[in-house]
Amino acid sequence: MASEAAVPSPAQARVKQVNENQCNMCMPIGGVVAFKGIENAMVLVHGSQGCSTYMRLANVEHFNEPVDIASSSLNEKQTIHGGEANLKKAMDNVIRVYQPKVLGILTTCLAETMGEDIDRIVASYIVERKITGIDIIPVPTPSYSGTHTEGFWAAARGIVAYYARSTESHRCINVIIPNISPADIREIKRILGLMGIEYTLLPDFSMTLDRPFGGKYQKIPTGGTTVKEIAEMPGAPMTIQFGTTCPDSLSPGLFLQQEYNVPLVNLPLPIGLENTDLLIGTLSKITGNALPEELALERGWLLDGMADSHKYNADGRPVVYGEPELVYAFSSACAENGAMPLVIASGSKTSHLAELLAPLIRNADEQPVLLEESDFAAIEEAARGAQANIAIGHSGGKSLSERHDIPLVRMGYPIHDRIGGQRILSAGYRGTLAFLDRFTNTLLEHKYATYRQKIKEELCISEGI
Amino acid sequence: MEDSCALPAAAVACIDERQDSIQTAGTSRTRIHCADDSLAGSVSQRACVFCGARVVLNPVTDAVHLVHGPIGCATYTMDIRGSLSSGSELFRNSFSTDMKERDVIFGGEKKLAACIDEVVEKYCPPAVFVYATCVSGMIGDDIIAVCKAASARHNIDVIPVESSGFISGNKVVGYRAAAEALLRLIRPKDGEVIEKTRKINFLGEYNLGGEKWLAERYLREIGVEINVAFTGDSTVAALKRAPSACLNLVQCTGSMHWVAQNLERTFGTPYMDVNFFGPENTAESLRKIAAFFDDTAITERTEALISREMTRIRPTIEKYRSRLRGKRAAIYVGGAYKAIAIIRQLRGLGMEIVLTGTQTGKQDEYESMGRILSEGTVIIDDANPAELEKFLVEKKVDVMIGGVKERVLAYKLGIGFVDHNHDRKDGLAGFDGSVRFAREVYVTTCSPVWQSLKTALPGGSVHGQ
Repeated sequence: MASEAAVPSPAQARVKQVNENQCNMCMPIGGVVAFKGIENAMVLVHGSQGCSTYMRLANVEHFNEPVDIASSSLNEKQTIHGGEANLKKAMDNVIRVYQPKVLGILTTCLAETMGEDIDRIVASYIVERKITGIDIIPVPTPSYSGTHTEGFWAAARGIVAYYARSTESHRCINVIIPNISPADIREIKRILGLMGIEYTLLPDFSMTLDRPFGGKYQKIPTGGTTVKEIAEMPGAPMTIQFGTTCPDSLSPGLFLQQEYNVPLVNLPLPIGLENTDLLIGTLSKITGNALPEELALERGWLLDGMADSHKYNADGRPVVYGEPELVYAFSSACAENGAMPLVIASGSKTSHLAELLAPLIRNADEQPVLLEESDFAAIEEAARGAQANIAIGHSGGKSLSERHDIPLVRMGYPIHDRIGGQRILSAGYRGTLAFLDRFTNTLLEHKYATYRQKIKEELCISEGI
Repeated sequence: MEDSCALPAAAVACIDERQDSIQTAGTSRTRIHCADDSLAGSVSQRACVFCGARVVLNPVTDAVHLVHGPIGCATYTMDIRGSLSSGSELFRNSFSTDMKERDVIFGGEKKLAACIDEVVEKYCPPAVFVYATCVSGMIGDDIIAVCKAASARHNIDVIPVESSGFISGNKVVGYRAAAEALLRLIRPKDGEVIEKTRKINFLGEYNLGGEKWLAERYLREIGVEINVAFTGDSTVAALKRAPSACLNLVQCTGSMHWVAQNLERTFGTPYMDVNFFGPENTAESLRKIAAFFDDTAITERTEALISREMTRIRPTIEKYRSRLRGKRAAIYVGGAYKAIAIIRQLRGLGMEIVLTGTQTGKQDEYESMGRILSEGTVIIDDANPAELEKFLVEKKVDVMIGGVKERVLAYKLGIGFVDHNHDRKDGLAGFDGSVRFAREVYVTTCSPVWQSLKTALPGGSVHGQ
């Protein structure tokens, strides 16, 4: 384990005060995505209408699905007298139109600044309206306390805490995921299935936020983790959580361990050979099963692909940015292919990322610049300084392409300037190879488009004939 | 396959209180309920005051746009407008004071002042717009004072925009806040003499897809020069010259009429309504402008331009009309101005309009709409997804014209869609724009994909999800 001295300290997280070109969104939208992973759930954001509408816009552009988020539409009047009446009216209308079984109530910076006590308001609402059959779950998500990553974890933990109860032991392991693409969720589920694992995966938005065409619009899309499954999570033999960067106070897996003694294993996302091996190894130990043929083939193909492309990848000088869990996994995937990232950045302020990266970058020829609580102005500057030639991250970083000619391999959230954000597959052996191909081919495309001219300029002209 | 919709049959599309906001042309006796706060929990498509202010001001190309609040407001509106610039791209950067918990508790004025200093030092902009948000408004940050001090410090315009989201549920209030900020910017110094020129201003034109440049080409051809558009492709310097114009064109309602009235009152500049959406509207507007100048040469050139363009586009429009005749269209956009222009264009293509609605329409605008729509058309104010779905299906709509959030709903229902929204990349104004519009209506309405979507699965089972 790396000693204290060896842990790289992140570059002064923005000595400057202004945030220029944001790398992250605010807390509630993360909570929205988490709630959309619960069956029969609808979500209501307590605050100004703009918050809900902008969050819908961001989600709509990413998932290309209708994503309904209700608002309590707070106005000036309510900021003075309190938002209780509006919130209750909003709940009335949401319940009438959407008929959810689960209703998540998230807060905005406005509601939190007003000091709204949503626990109390919800409790009194349930009594007043004699609500039965609907679980109303309040989760505070003040936008000034974290990014959408923290909002996602907070909601996931809030949901688990709401439903978990002492229950008989059973064989379903808990699998808790961060904000990854529906394609990655489906791949993880496929792997679990192939390894013979019975599981409860939370929050499962792989279907609710990615519906096949059916000629109809579902107010509450089919799919999601069931309430019954969540309630029985305390009876699981263990929890696998892809939350190595998740703060303890927000960790649903840690909650289950502390309250119900369910052993927690935090793993990195299964993106990259080593990280996928880690998951498979963990699963293997649970069932005693070896790697099934299908996965063994996929692993073999990945290894083959890594060999085939290793020289091209060695030319890669990546910038990796986005949510911490993804940033770690993709950095690892790059490093194991000989393309050590030169800039690693996140909008979150997590205490773990630097620590986790330490062993990875210890022997790097060029030490990467680590940026936390960052913005794209800082990322761009670091990228330029490091002469990065490829970037991996979400659409917010398109300025890297536009201004610095650094091509972007898109992953993460949000993807709003390309189609198919929800279908980006990077998990498992299959997904890792798919990512690797995208990465290598991006380098090649760029190289082939420019190398003739470049070499001519470098060598031909300087001869001075 | 059984209908696996998650909702029991009793869910309602329309909340009772919404009934007054939905009418049928030709049969309704009462006035439509509109221009009011959205119902809490109704999942309105509207945003907030900040949204209104941001979209109006953001295209000012060489100003710094600084959002004072927690991160979300800035992230969600980062580079969100399709305005093109012939010069500075500074406006495409999104600046935020990124207020954190300590700023909310102890006040954000110091941070705001520091942020203003930072951006001024880095970019030397001729002006800085500082947008208030819910939180900065709520905690009582004196943005006006901070801006005044910063302005004195740096000797540039630092303009506060009173755009806290909660001031009203209607983003039209945001348009007004933006308008006030613009008037503040262009207010001449004491004793400054305004010399009138023969140039004109174009209010309510945002240069989406180059639409301002297209208008400029027409006007130049007939012999009229534009000083500046409010605010497409505008610079601070050009805006400050606005009082010297001899005429103001006003397109789109919002608050540009209020600006125009103000400019008339203060500088004696007359204004006229124009509309460049649709060939007839474009021709009418050009004639109106020519009539104002009362110059034979201008009038002749105007008629020549109109004649030439109309002749040029007629065959193409005819071609599309022959394919689109009788198809059924739905419109849901932000303002009534746009809705009415679109109604006219669709009529020109021989189409039937069965549903029309807006987010922000006013009483008299709905009355005008009611007069030009055929009997039986549904008119709706401040719709939500449940209502839109209901009418899209009931009215057997073939194509919908609207914004991003409506698009995904239409596609889910297998209905074509035309993007007439804030970030569109294609110019839809002028004669060329009307051809582009017709083409877009055609390619989506008559796309082969809809046929595929209706085809049964191979093997004979019913297509479903």
